[in-house]
Amino acid sequence: MTLLSVLGVLSSAVFSGTSLLYTTLGEICGQRSGIVNLGLEGVLLVSASAGFAVTVLTGSPYMGVLVAALVGGLMNMILGYLTITRGANQLASGLALMFFGFGLSAWIGRAYVGARIIGLPRFALPGLSELPILYRSLFQFDLLIYLSVPVAILVWWVLFRTRWGLGVRAVGESADTAFASGRNPRLIRYQALFVGGLLAGLGAAHLSIAYAMNWTEYMTAGRGFIAVALVIFSKWHPIRAIAGALLFSGAVAFQLLLQSSGIQVSPFLLDTIPYLVTIVVLVAWGGTRRHSAPASLGRVYQGSE
Amino acid sequence: MQPRPDPANRAKSIGARAISGLLRYGSMIIMAFLLFGVILLISGNSPIGSYSDLFSSTLGSARGFSEVLVAMTPMLLTALAVALPSRIGLINVGVEGQLYMGACFATWGALTLSELPSWILLPAMALLGMIGGALWSLVPGVLRARGLVNETITTLLLNPVAPMIVSFFVFGYWHSPMDTNKTANFAPSARLPTFFDTRVDLSLVVGLVLLGLFWFVMKSTRWGLEMRAIGGNPQAAVRNGIPYRTYVISVLCIGGAVAGLAGMAQVSGFYGVLLANFSRGTGFMGFLISWLAGGNPFGIVVTSFAVAIITSGGNMLQLTRDLPYAVINILLAFTLFVVLARPRFYPRRKAA
Amino acid sequence: MISLRGISKAFPGVVANDGIDLDIHQSEIHAILGENGAGKSTLMKILYGFYRADSGRIFLDGRPFSVHSPNDALAAHIGMVFQDFTLIPAFSVAENIGLFLRDLSPVISLKDVGRRIQEISSRYTLAVDPGARVSELSIGEQQKVEILKLLISDARLLILDEPTRVLAPHEVEALLGTLASLRADGYAIVLITHKLREVLGCADRITVLRHGRVSGSLLRKDADETRLLKLMFGKELPRLEFGGRAPVEANLPALELRGVSTTAEGAETALKNVDLRIYPGEIVGVAGVSGSGQRELADLILGIKACASGSKFMFGEQVTRDSVRSLRDRGVCFVPENPLVMASVPFMSVLENMALTRTRRYARLGGLRFDWHAVNEDFLQSSSALGFSLPTHALARSLSGGNLQRMVIVRETAHLPRLMIASYLTRGLDAQSTIAARSALLRARENGAGVLLISEDLEELFTVSDRIVVLRGGCIVASSKPDETDVFRVGHLMTGSEQQDAASA
Repeated sequence: MTLLSVLGVLSSAVFSGTSLLYTTLGEICGQRSGIVNLGLEGVLLVSASAGFAVTVLTGSPYMGVLVAALVGGLMNMILGYLTITRGANQLASGLALMFFGFGLSAWIGRAYVGARIIGLPRFALPGLSELPILYRSLFQFDLLIYLSVPVAILVWWVLFRTRWGLGVRAVGESADTAFASGRNPRLIRYQALFVGGLLAGLGAAHLSIAYAMNWTEYMTAGRGFIAVALVIFSKWHPIRAIAGALLFSGAVAFQLLLQSSGIQVSPFLLDTIPYLVTIVVLVAWGGTRRHSAPASLGRVYQGSE
Repeated sequence: MQPRPDPANRAKSIGARAISGLLRYGSMIIMAFLLFGVILLISGNSPIGSYSDLFSSTLGSARGFSEVLVAMTPMLLTALAVALPSRIGLINVGVEGQLYMGACFATWGALTLSELPSWILLPAMALLGMIGGALWSLVPGVLRARGLVNETITTLLLNPVAPMIVSFFVFGYWHSPMDTNKTANFAPSARLPTFFDTRVDLSLVVGLVLLGLFWFVMKSTRWGLEMRAIGGNPQAAVRNGIPYRTYVISVLCIGGAVAGLAGMAQVSGFYGVLLANFSRGTGFMGFLISWLAGGNPFGIVVTSFAVAIITSGGNMLQLTRDLPYAVINILLAFTLFVVLARPRFYPRRKAA
Repeated sequence: MISLRGISKAFPGVVANDGIDLDIHQSEIHAILGENGAGKSTLMKILYGFYRADSGRIFLDGRPFSVHSPNDALAAHIGMVFQDFTLIPAFSVAENIGLFLRDLSPVISLKDVGRRIQEISSRYTLAVDPGARVSELSIGEQQKVEILKLLISDARLLILDEPTRVLAPHEVEALLGTLASLRADGYAIVLITHKLREVLGCADRITVLRHGRVSGSLLRKDADETRLLKLMFGKELPRLEFGGRAPVEANLPALELRGVSTTAEGAETALKNVDLRIYPGEIVGVAGVSGSGQRELADLILGIKACASGSKFMFGEQVTRDSVRSLRDRGVCFVPENPLVMASVPFMSVLENMALTRTRRYARLGGLRFDWHAVNEDFLQSSSALGFSLPTHALARSLSGGNLQRMVIVRETAHLPRLMIASYLTRGLDAQSTIAARSALLRARENGAGVLLISEDLEELFTVSDRIVVLRGGCIVASSKPDETDVFRVGHLMTGSEQQDAASA
């Protein structure tokens, strides 16, 4: 187990974890305002396919990223319309959105299966260019990866240090109280969902444009649900989500590490660890009553007459 | 003497209500079809042609109709797996995982007990399937009964774990010599008998029987009353002495068992082999069907049938319209969206 | 300052406000008096923008004023403290107050907010720690936060909805003192309440509402108890005759708790080493400030909460580990405060609700069939014994609060219970239903049951109980007969303040 292999694991975790982090940050925004999005998988797929298609058509990965983010925001608006304006059940709406995403992404991406793109350029930060080639190649990250931690900090700052963020959290705790304070809970939820969708779209963009650099059906492989688990695991806190994303996506990389030490563990079993750990952690914290879920999560806001 | 609502409250007879229900459903479905027609147009296909293909391939022939029944069967069971816990206010989104575990356990039975004759093997596999599914919902049930973790979260989290376990076995110990992503074909004794020349197997009958049993239990028995009380007001039910915890655990386990049975039916009846990632949302579809039908057994049958027409008709997309099969999900989703966007038609949501 | 003219508001099934006229002046405490359900809260919620009136107009300083949301009310310097508080438990005091500040900067500084809090809180003796999480504050402190919230956001009109409901007598005095200083500084205060004595103690002007209409408006100097009662009820309040009966202590106690302690989860209060005996034919009243452990005590006796240590006996038999069902089989019954939420299933009929406590008894064929005939008979028998008449097939949720409570009482007393737990059973009930509920208690006592009465209404406890115990912080700190003590002594025991006398035996 050399330094190189350890760094390799870290590097690989960072690569695969970035899209997870963005997605999780987006879901944190949504859940903090009280809305659960079970259709994240669908949102990710549509954003990934759209971003990829635009990249192929325009040749510019940056355009692709932009479009993916916007598409993510729009997909979330569908969930918003159903749950906020029509007052529909959040779980059912989310799942419907998921199926929609399955279909729409397949439709958008059908002409682009097997297409190749340049992808987001990777570069090392200036200070690291003196490292030997092997090491340097591990730290060639793309723009989205470099921005991921700053974005997480930004999300934290917005939620906890701005007036808007206070309102979002208030709506998630008690929409009636937020209303009594002169706010419009419905509008705030829409806003939080849109921002959340933008972030999820960035996550999807990283997956299809920067990491895998292709498009296949169902390529998100459950990231939408991993993100939901990760939101819980990081207690709805953006900064904790950073560590969580690394941990969760480290599973595969961890397997490589074990392999290089001669231990063979099935990658499938390793992939189950994030979920099982989250359940264990939930129980260890004393259950759902104690952990800091927004108090109004999942409830339909009826408004007052 | 049965308790019945005040006669003044029964505004319409059952017949009139059914008709107005059909009209409502019908208009929503038509709207969804119109929306999907737009997508078809953009892809350069004629909506009318596509839809006539869809209906003729499903309802226009005996074979097509039997395929609809085949698609409908797992939905009946998965929807029941959600509907039963929903009556006591529990949200079971883990049907996908319970399905896989049932399939896994049943496959073990098929592979290791393949010498047994069919009339012993099949019930054994069914039992194994139910045990597998029940085990998968046991932990969520216990955690919920102890008031520790909401079952929505635990069942949701356990969902992705089950297919991974299945993949572990399929790619590992059980893989067939020819393909890595599935097991060897099941022996004929391990296959569910089918009707006539179709692919409709016994599990359709089992599903309908179980739904009928569900209806009877909820309506007439003591347990149905107690469950309805828990579903109506858990706090009051507890204070009245109804054993809440016992119900939570057993009902979730029964739900899991039914889902496991669906899984067993999938591998033993439909596929005849255990395939990695064989289910793309069947469990979630069951959740949606149960929710749409309000946890009502009759509604489940009708809704499953309608959804099955769409999904099995979607095959025509691939064959005749050069669109990937997954695109049919858009039509499905539009139907769901349209229904979700009109909550005033569904006054009492008991599921979820 | 503010005038309301012709305000009307109806909800499905009930007219809450009917053509109400009201004037509110600066530097004045205006009390809106009326019994539960008279429409007081609704009226003020309309003024605050939480509801919209069906008709009527509001004038602010002589000009027409339209309010569509709390935003408008806050902009017009109107603030309201709701009965259940609009606080977010997970937030700190500063965050809660910051939420309601109209001039909060986009980038918030909690320190700034904290500073402003300190400024105002010292002026009116409303001291509170800005950084504390609201979930960790006592109810009295939370109320202070609520008032601070209004003051900091520059409200000039303060509306308080039943502020003293959850306070002990001397805390009430402190609050009224604060209100007096606020009045001296020019604030207009509207006090919604149903407590006559407080109104007579502090209000300058009193408006009485009855059944959604104004039945009278008078100045303090023209008001006295009898006049107000007449305006509130339109007739003399019927006096309930309580026949005292000496409980026979020689019997085994219906309930005995020995050294019982429980563990607290979340916002609960842990019971510590509780010893309690209730004999058949006696009513034991439990007094205490909200959150002293009353709910936990009721839940413990009913079997919902487990004893962490100590034991529970019924008629001498150990029942410490019995389930709710087996305790009910032994004759325990429970009448709670909010029948719709706590004791009945809303969408089930009255008859179905009736069957819930004894499902095993009514089941036939091992559970496959149900004997509704027997349920009906028991129902008719019990309700006629109590003199109630209820429709068997109506859905529970369509019943009024009073009728719902009657239904629960019919069910709970149907099988001659041996121990009755009545927890705030008259809360929120109209006068007639309150009388009916109290007579049901007495009737149960006559039939030989031991009754535990938990109530926040000291007057109720003193008139009905044979013995009163005081619960504070999960411990029983005193136990005495009503005629050996008085309301203020009990009030001080409830809060543990300095003037507490040595507790009588």
